[in-house]
Amino acid sequence: MDIFLLADEHLGLFNYWIVIVLMMSGFYVVIAQHNLLKKVVGLNIFQVSVFLFYISMGKVDGGSAPIFKDGVEVLSNPLPHVLILTAIVVGVAATALALALVVRIKHAFGTVEEDEIQAIEHDEEDIA
Amino acid sequence: MVKKAIALALILGLGLIFAALLLGYAPDAALNETAAYYATRTADEIGAQNIVTAIIVTYRGLDTLGEVTVLFLTAAIVGLVLSRTRAGDNAPRLSDLPPPGELLEIGTKLLVPLILLFGAYVFINGHLTPGGGFQGGAILASAILLMLLTDPLRRSSHRLISRIESSAGLFYVVIGVLGAALAGGFLDNRILPLGEFGALFSAGAIPVIYALIGLKVGAEFSSMMVSLSETEDE
Repeated sequence: MDIFLLADEHLGLFNYWIVIVLMMSGFYVVIAQHNLLKKVVGLNIFQVSVFLFYISMGKVDGGSAPIFKDGVEVLSNPLPHVLILTAIVVGVAATALALALVVRIKHAFGTVEEDEIQAIEHDEEDIA
Repeated sequence: MVKKAIALALILGLGLIFAALLLGYAPDAALNETAAYYATRTADEIGAQNIVTAIIVTYRGLDTLGEVTVLFLTAAIVGLVLSRTRAGDNAPRLSDLPPPGELLEIGTKLLVPLILLFGAYVFINGHLTPGGGFQGGAILASAILLMLLTDPLRRSSHRLISRIESSAGLFYVVIGVLGAALAGGFLDNRILPLGEFGALFSAGAIPVIYALIGLKVGAEFSSMMVSLSETEDE
């Protein structure tokens, strides 16, 4: 019984549990993966979790999307939507730039694995 | 391996902290002061059904101009970063690559006009329904992406893309200045009549501005994708 009560109480926060899972998986990918492309993907997952978090925060109890319509009385908070629209666009821009840099790194080093790049740089220092 | 274990432990700890914060959280019961200001004034002042659009295009229009500038700069920098690696005359010829296949070719011919139309629909209806210039622009760019996937060697016209981009940006600023000259301030939408609330041609200059933003964003995303696709492979 206790578990059902607890589940009922916290399932309303389902979005936020997803946020935590997404944020932590994205963060883990950024830290633990050596592949630069995978790091970019991890950063994107992290970003999406923040978007979801803000949009969930903007929800008002029983509120609809912030668009005037007949029969809609309560509106959700429009400001997080505005902020996140900006953040999504900037996120896409940052991803494009990151991918372009990865392409350049691949040209310069012949690999996108972080540890291999460090090894190559280390060797060059030794020679110099 | 040790590094990964430490990372995993760190992440579990952080996750637990966030979960503990979450347990005491209750959603808002009403709009806060700032949000209520926009929610009560949008219908009378701007005439747009979509409050988010009203804030983005009019109340905080200058910020949106800055955001579009960020995108423009990013497209320019992506082009700059990749310019040295762009494929020259020794690029692979079409005959070197396997053909895309009939399914992909016909599917592209069928879908690209529909996707372009849908993108235009999304940004023209930005003041009435969810969506707007940025979303519509991304949809337009996805049509270009489909074309690039079908024919990776297609040398898209950089000139056309950059002309669309720069003229859309120019008209955007011109409309902003007109707002300052004829109405209340920079990017004020009341240079055109507000019209009937909820109609397609309403909310003053917002549909025009959002169409321009849509074209600009679509052109910027397309130019980034074209730059990336024209990069020489090893």
